[in-house]
Amino acid sequence: MKAFELIQPKTLDAALEALPGARDPRAGKVKLLAGGQDLLGELKEHLIDPDQLVNLKALPGLDRIELGADGALTIGALVTLSRIEGEAAVRERCTALAEAAGAVGSLQIRNLGTLGGNLCQRPRCWYYRHEQAVCIKKGGSECFAYGGLNKYNAILGGGPSYIVHPSDVAPALVALEAQAVIRGKRGERKLPLEEFFTLPSEGSVLRENVLSSEEILTQVVVPAPVGSGWRSTYLKFRERGSYDFALSAVALRVALDAEQKIRDARLVLGGVAPIPWRCEKVEKALVGRKIDAATCEFAAKLALDGAEPLEHNAYKIMLTQALITKALRKLAAS
Amino acid sequence: MADEHPKAADANAPRPSFSRRSLFRGAGALAAGGAVADASRAAAAAAAPTAVRYVGMSEIELEINGAAQKVAVEPRTTLLNALRNHCTPPLTGAKLVCDRGSCGACTVLLDGQPVYSCMTLAIDAIGRKVTTVEGVAKGGELNEVQRAICEHDGSMCGFCTPGFVLSITACLERKPDASLDEIKHACAGNYCRCGTYPHLFDAALAAGRALRAKGGK
Repeated sequence: MKAFELIQPKTLDAALEALPGARDPRAGKVKLLAGGQDLLGELKEHLIDPDQLVNLKALPGLDRIELGADGALTIGALVTLSRIEGEAAVRERCTALAEAAGAVGSLQIRNLGTLGGNLCQRPRCWYYRHEQAVCIKKGGSECFAYGGLNKYNAILGGGPSYIVHPSDVAPALVALEAQAVIRGKRGERKLPLEEFFTLPSEGSVLRENVLSSEEILTQVVVPAPVGSGWRSTYLKFRERGSYDFALSAVALRVALDAEQKIRDARLVLGGVAPIPWRCEKVEKALVGRKIDAATCEFAAKLALDGAEPLEHNAYKIMLTQALITKALRKLAAS
Repeated sequence: MADEHPKAADANAPRPSFSRRSLFRGAGALAAGGAVADASRAAAAAAAPTAVRYVGMSEIELEINGAAQKVAVEPRTTLLNALRNHCTPPLTGAKLVCDRGSCGACTVLLDGQPVYSCMTLAIDAIGRKVTTVEGVAKGGELNEVQRAICEHDGSMCGFCTPGFVLSITACLERKPDASLDEIKHACAGNYCRCGTYPHLFDAALAAGRALRAKGGK
């Protein structure tokens, strides 16, 4: 690791003050540190070489999970993944989130890794992670995965970069209609978490989300769903049993009516696209249907319509379809 | 780590002063390159500091295995590096293997929870209880997990053993009647290239039984 200064602000305002503006020559040389489980890897691999790290750990109030009177769950960006996994309120109300948090890395990583850090982590593509490979994510001109070894890359939403978003909690939170709370020097903004993430073809190819260099993701709010019969799950498939990033993952939330018909659904895929990939067409088409074999087959097929696999990752289509079927069956039985 | 300072430079490192670990207030100090302009300003900042700044070498105090220990570290010094190279005597139980938070050989407990010390800055361990494998035996007596690993031949080359001792100890601390699946889950972040897993898991189950027999939790 290159030497850096460590700034430990005690207030959010002091943290924001420490962040340079986009036009400041120091922009890009100051990075936020939360749990450090991704950032330290980036530093050790010399993918970034900041002069300063702004350590967010001492900021008050961002390590809380709060259940509002309206049933909304507010989770601070510094809450660790292991706490989310074990928190009773999360397990009961946001099963998919608890399952996703528990599916991240190993216990050692979950004990330090934070919600905010997990949502803001950088891609795992091996070309991106290789110090010498100046790929399009690092200011180069091409995505080496596109014509290279792309077993782990995107089958949906790719181009000009074909990374997949590595977060487990992101698809779960998007399925739960979560909102992201972002603080900047000029105040706070709140947006659906779905809009927090950007495709490489939409925003900057160098980034995965809308967070500017002067902003801090402070909280995620999961609103209480309206009505009853809600249930959710997160299913992840990994190549290695002990722990690994997702080859494919499915976050599903449905509300079933008294006749066991789907009243509402949200389906989000992980590990297959540069962002948590929402399947709105499937969500709409599922309404009014019972979860049976025909529904599973129909939903699985429709969700992967338009997938464009690269040379080595067509397996992700069948894999994801199987996960969708499994998730639907699991929620029908729960 | 090759790009870090040699240990010799630390031995007589001075305590942090305002010039090296300065306190500052607001953007002015930062815009000026972070320097605290004068003593009166530093004193004013110290009255209500809004941030602490670590630059270069600082002497910090860590609580390691129940005892306070002063160590001189840089901001980039990992907890693993601090334990192995900057403590007196060096605590080499936690091993440097992958240095990327993948293998678990560097596992230590932070406030009783297993973490990768290679992926933790030493400064982030300030105010937290650090337990290394050197700290689990009490008064020369191995703990139940260590004893069970010996009895079940749960170690071949031994490089991963300290990490497993800590992961299993923390798991049984939480749940002495942890099932085999729960133990496997707790150890998922620890690798053994020799493949001693079956023996390690037998040992963990035996240690759990021993703890329950002793009337622990």
